[in-house]
Amino acid sequence: MTIDTADLKRMFDTIAVAIEADKDRLCQLDGVIGDADHGIAMALGFNAVRDALASLDLAATEPTALLNTAAKSFLNAVGASSGPLYATAFMRAGAAVKGNAALADADFTALFQAMAQGIKDRGKAEPGEKTMVDAWQPAAEAAAAASVAGKTLAQCLEAALAAAARGAEATKDMIAAKGRSSRLGERSLGHIDPGAASAVTVIGAMRKSLS
Amino acid sequence: MQTKKIINDGNRAVDEMLEGILAAHPRHLRSADGSPRSIIARDGPRPGKVGLVIGGGSGHEPTFLGFVGKGLADAAAIGNVFASPPPDPILECAKAVTGGAGVLFMYGNYAGDVMNFDMAAEMAAMDDIEVRTVLTTDDVASAPRDQRQKRRGVAGNFFIFKAAGAACDRMFSLDEVERVARKANDHTFTMGVALSPCSLPQTRRPNFEIGADEMEIGMGIHGEPGIARGKLGTADAITDEMLDKIFAEMAPKRGDKVAVLVNSLGSTPLMELYVMNRRVKQRLDDIGVSIHATWVGNYCTSLEMAGASVTLFHLDEDLQTMLDHPCDCAMFRAG
Repeated sequence: MTIDTADLKRMFDTIAVAIEADKDRLCQLDGVIGDADHGIAMALGFNAVRDALASLDLAATEPTALLNTAAKSFLNAVGASSGPLYATAFMRAGAAVKGNAALADADFTALFQAMAQGIKDRGKAEPGEKTMVDAWQPAAEAAAAASVAGKTLAQCLEAALAAAARGAEATKDMIAAKGRSSRLGERSLGHIDPGAASAVTVIGAMRKSLS
Repeated sequence: MQTKKIINDGNRAVDEMLEGILAAHPRHLRSADGSPRSIIARDGPRPGKVGLVIGGGSGHEPTFLGFVGKGLADAAAIGNVFASPPPDPILECAKAVTGGAGVLFMYGNYAGDVMNFDMAAEMAAMDDIEVRTVLTTDDVASAPRDQRQKRRGVAGNFFIFKAAGAACDRMFSLDEVERVARKANDHTFTMGVALSPCSLPQTRRPNFEIGADEMEIGMGIHGEPGIARGKLGTADAITDEMLDKIFAEMAPKRGDKVAVLVNSLGSTPLMELYVMNRRVKQRLDDIGVSIHATWVGNYCTSLEMAGASVTLFHLDEDLQTMLDHPCDCAMFRAG
């Protein structure tokens, strides 16, 4: 399939709906090991993206410009930690597909990997530190492996979602080493990282929208 | 069950608060043109002076914007409740207060704040504004002593910002202001205790659970869990536990001088703070440390959380001069 800006806008709309529905659970997860606002921040960000994209002339907008609009609107609505992390993800996604009017399957998996790398670079986090990187990195690797194996985009995103969900679940057994919960030490054990949990919701909505 | 709050709309609470603050303090504060979350001092920023920009999430009032004014901070960037401001309002603060001598960013050490302020610093550099950053890390409970750089910034911000703001007002160079700010941070030690949770205006749900007879020593100012959960002790026992930790790090010697801040996290009343302060005085007297000045009240809150923190600012001549330097802010005056 080819993905154009209308598809990307639909993808962001789907993410906004999914995050809004998941808002309370994410706040509760964050309340256990953080400051209880992660669901609020994510919903604020993706609602701002939806509103900003609604005012774009999609026919006259390339994917890179749409992704930069998403980055800026998310960042300015949110701040917090998720603001710079997701804004960087969308800016890197835009850079990865610069010059393309529409995206082939392989372009989208490149975009997806650029998102994960952007989050990792901005947060300076490595896998195993109990952050959203523990969902995004395995998801990006799974999508890349499926793409190399010649799978469809839907199959690639299905693999990414499964890997993200496994990664998020695995954060339960990790001691936080980055972000606000890192001061908890062993008391962070047994709890899913809220940023990893919301990453699964975001990736799940991307899969749903593009399959 | 939802908590009770006097609000109109949880999502509008920060902006409506800012409207109210500007209405109350028009002599001290204004918002930057086109950037309502950038609060600027009416008096203070001037050519040749290092600009001091502080900021962070809302919900800690009077931190941060209450400390904007002549002799203290030149501007504060305001985030959502407990969330760092994004880069744009921070950048607008820097632009509004730059006097050609550089700008210092000072804020509590939290991952979100670091990312947003660093992005703003990169953007300011593109506008030829030199920005330095000093993070506050006064919360003794938030990491072991050998990892001081990982600690959170909490109520001790008050002393650290005060010292840096005085250095700016005395027209110190950016290098000198940075030195004073780092030294003030190294000399500031805070411990907190929480008794009951706060709730965000957007959720109106308690942000942690705690038993009716329990306290949490070392809890952060966003409800982040602390060092240990225990049975609620007496004021003297709680104060002793906090001071023991602070003394172990500060290593006070007979004849030393400190400034004291006994701070409410929101709903703990002055009566209890003064009961604690009585014990602080006794303990300092016992070890021969004199008190140069004391502040008691709401200086760095966590919405309506019950609890308190004690901060000691370990003075030397240099820091005492900065502390005594006059300032005139919307919610704080000295000298």
